[in-house]
Amino acid sequence: MTADEILDLLAGVFLLLGAFLSVAAGVGLLRFPDALSRMHAATKPQILGLLFVVVAIALSARSWSTLLALTPVLIFQMLTAPISAHMVGRAVYRTGNFDKDTLIVDELESVIDRASRDDQPGSDSAS
Amino acid sequence: MSMLNIVFAAVGVLLTAAALMALYRIVRGPSLLDRMIASDMLLTTIILVVGTEMVYNQHTRNIPMMLVLAAIAIFATVAVARYVSKQDKREEAP
Repeated sequence: MTADEILDLLAGVFLLLGAFLSVAAGVGLLRFPDALSRMHAATKPQILGLLFVVVAIALSARSWSTLLALTPVLIFQMLTAPISAHMVGRAVYRTGNFDKDTLIVDELESVIDRASRDDQPGSDSAS
Repeated sequence: MSMLNIVFAAVGVLLTAAALMALYRIVRGPSLLDRMIASDMLLTTIILVVGTEMVYNQHTRNIPMMLVLAAIAIFATVAVARYVSKQDKREEAP
């Protein structure tokens, strides 16, 4: 077994790991009960799965310029994934698309309550 | 080489299954936000498929496509999440 074959096989293994994470996210999307837990499942392949595939491409192409071209892909995903997750999580909380019984403690509710009371005294808040 | 072909076949089956599960959640998802989460995950799966195709066919021409997809994945999700309203609350079971 030559070094090239070993590197190709290693790339295949990394691809398999990335695809496995993707399937895990799909199962999570199907089986989890509410939007917040589905969000937790769907973010698995977004960073780690992409990292595995990028490593597989770099192992298969075996050149530094390819790795340098692939790094911005990972950086863009790492920069934007938390922003979209934050926006979706905020919208999920505000529209009430989650199961309140699964929360052990809801610290945001009292904070929103207090903030809306301080802003407009007397008016019943929508929060 | 045949072992590598089996690996690629398995990767293809797994990614297809993941995309189909995301598609099911887009069609069925009870609320708009469930659909946006699923479509975000579908886009991630597409990025993985584009990368896998590069490994299989031994070229690097798809890297700009991966870059653009990773950079614009945020827009649709943020736009919809910003303007989703209280009317999209999940309907209670009767």
